[in-house]
Amino acid sequence: MTAFLEMTNVSKVFSAGIIRRQHTVAVDDVTMTIDEQSPSILAVAGESGSGKTTLARLLLGVIPPSSGEVIYRGQSVDDLSREQRRTYLREIQPIFQDPFESYNPFYKVDHVLTVPAKKFDLAATREQTMRLIEEALDMVGLQPAETLGRFPHQLSGGQRQRVMVARAMLLRPRLIVADEPVSMVDASLRATILESIRRMKQELGISVVYITHDLTTAYQIADNILVMYKGSVVEAGSVEQVIRDPKHPYTQLLVSSIPQPDPSVPWGAEGEIAGDPESMEVAATGCKFVDRCPAAFEPCRGQRPPLYHEHASRAAACFQYDGSSALEDQNLDVVFEPQLTSQAAGASEEPAAN
Amino acid sequence: MKAVDGVSFDLRPGERLGLVGESGSGKSTMALALMRMHKPPARIAGGEVLLDGVGDVMKLDDDALRRIRLDRLALVPQGAMNSLNPVMRVRDQLADGIRTHEPGDDRDALAARIRAQLARVGLDADVGGKFPHELSGGMKQRVAIAIGTSLSPSVIIADEPTSALDVVVQRQVMETLRSVQEEIGASVLIVGHDMGLMAQIADRMGVMYAGKLVELAPVHDLFANPQHPYTRLLIESVPTLMAKRALASIPGAPPTLINVPPGCPFHPRCPSAFEPCDSKVPLPTSQNGRVVSCHLYPEQAA
Ligand SMILES: Nc1ncnc2c1ncn2[C@@H]1O[C@H](COP(=O)(O)OP(=O)(O)OP(=O)(O)O)[C@@H](O)[C@H]1O
Ligand SMILES: Nc1ncnc2c1ncn2[C@@H]1O[C@H](COP(=O)(O)OP(=O)(O)O)[C@@H](O)[C@H]1O
Ligand code: SF4
Ligand code: SF4
Ligand SMILES: [Mg+2]
Ligand SMILES: [Mg+2]
Repeated sequence: MTAFLEMTNVSKVFSAGIIRRQHTVAVDDVTMTIDEQSPSILAVAGESGSGKTTLARLLLGVIPPSSGEVIYRGQSVDDLSREQRRTYLREIQPIFQDPFESYNPFYKVDHVLTVPAKKFDLAATREQTMRLIEEALDMVGLQPAETLGRFPHQLSGGQRQRVMVARAMLLRPRLIVADEPVSMVDASLRATILESIRRMKQELGISVVYITHDLTTAYQIADNILVMYKGSVVEAGSVEQVIRDPKHPYTQLLVSSIPQPDPSVPWGAEGEIAGDPESMEVAATGCKFVDRCPAAFEPCRGQRPPLYHEHASRAAACFQYDGSSALEDQNLDVVFEPQLTSQAAGASEEPAAN
Repeated sequence: MKAVDGVSFDLRPGERLGLVGESGSGKSTMALALMRMHKPPARIAGGEVLLDGVGDVMKLDDDALRRIRLDRLALVPQGAMNSLNPVMRVRDQLADGIRTHEPGDDRDALAARIRAQLARVGLDADVGGKFPHELSGGMKQRVAIAIGTSLSPSVIIADEPTSALDVVVQRQVMETLRSVQEEIGASVLIVGHDMGLMAQIADRMGVMYAGKLVELAPVHDLFANPQHPYTRLLIESVPTLMAKRALASIPGAPPTLINVPPGCPFHPRCPSAFEPCDSKVPLPTSQNGRVVSCHLYPEQAA
């Protein structure tokens, strides 16, 4: 059985500077599979600059990996035929952070829906196309009559973002890669948009990669999560394990930094935050988190910690867990899989609606 | 249309007052109005802003207004980190504000002040020599706070100071704002929509809906016992790590300010709406240090 989409030891290095060449390892050795039999929502979390967007662009085929391979239905994305590439581009749809950038201000919003419908021959007639568009708008809670025929600036930010979700759904993709889709909208709209993303999985069987730095919403809608730090996966597994009971010191820092809507719950532990994360250099050897880690001990500066299989549905790249065996070839599938199968068996999911 | 309508509150010395509401509820308009920095066509149709030792800010002439800005009343605007001057070094942007208000300092004294100000917001002195594009988002936001507070104002208005930042940096920036505020003894008005953040940082909290302040209460009371139905729904819609459940959103859409419903502006979305709500505007009533505008809380014999 060939998997829908695989990443095998994928890394992406950006080089900048002409005289003093600087190399940024934006994504560092990621191996995982997104399969279509058991649709799931995978959250990708990490601070700004941790490599989330780069990972998304690798999945979408916008940039090629520096090493490793992205494999679509058994074939490296670099070697797809024209026809295969067309299907790949339809089956994986992006949703970006700032919906305004995805619109051309001179065209009505209809444009972002009718153009892809035509490009991918979704329907035989104009009427059928319009029906599909209306269905998609409905699904995200927009009234077609109040949405179509308007210009982008006549819609609110939240409405614009929901049109982009509808657009992604319209193409009946197998995977949606949503890069911080709600970081620009307020809490109430955020809930509406995330609910429509969750319905895509439940009602249409679409898998979702949900990129965010907000662990609370990741916990609410995702099945699995992958936490990145400076390009590396530091912890991955089911959201119950990783977010409710984080084991990697970086994930622990992220979770304790969430401000709770209760004034009697303190915000993080005293003296826990050190340094400016975004401008910190990464040590050439050893754990990338060592300069910020309250738990650092001798082995940490020697080698990069591998991902230890600390629990059936979690791996953590930290020497504190070196009593467990390391994941084979950094492959994350084993920590995601138990969650997926139990989900598929236990959940009362409706069959795909098409 | 009225973006902000009939809002009254007092900001006490040394307190942190949070102001929340959905996007478009008028929070930024209010912050700018307090500074008299609103842009035309907006205008202030009435009201007064009383500042200790200054009187009514609304009545000051342009000169006096320029003087009190930065000096007494400082604004860290929404998206401040993106509004730094891209072609000016951080230290020159800091020097600008100080020099126009307090021209007395010689070069060394000015340089020392800039260093101290950077240290106050937790930045190294060498950040002064950098341009904004060389800084991370969190560092830029600290620079914006450093500029806003360089003259030790008595009131700091911070509009969504951490909205675009991730959680760890958000906490660092908020801690910075808090420590600067405590050091200079200023009062802070923080505008935002993140209920979690407000719970952590504010002493008192105001909730805005459709340009009106609908509830104002000490932060513990507000979260423990929200009175206004909108406040209650706002708190309930915050996702937490406690339980996995469908993300709750407040049904219906916020009104556009051109078309505010008659009576209580929240009545079309309010689960507790009753007979007077669609015709009579609820007036603010106050009790035990709390203010609420809702017909469920009729005027008490005061
Ligand atoms: N210069 C302007 N001209 C016309 N309308 C304006 C202007 N400035 C603000 N408004 C309107 O006033 C209302 C309140 O805007 P404001 O920016 O105060 O909202 P906000 O609560 O700060 O929202 P956000 O959370 O998105 O920052 C909005 O409906 C907005 O469209
Ligand atoms: N096109 C590019 N050229 C050079 N460096 C890049 C490019 N895109 C991303 N980077 C760098 O790669 C790292 C990861 O960036 P990104 O994937 O955008 O992170 P995130 O989305 O998590 O904020 C950062 O250090 C960033 O500066
Ligand atoms: S490997 Fe060492 S430095 Fe890295 S996270 Fe674990 S304890 Fe901290
Ligand atoms: S006045 Fe009526 S409609 Fe308005 S919040 Fe109170 S109960 Fe609801
Ligand atoms: Mg990004
Ligand atoms: Mg605003």
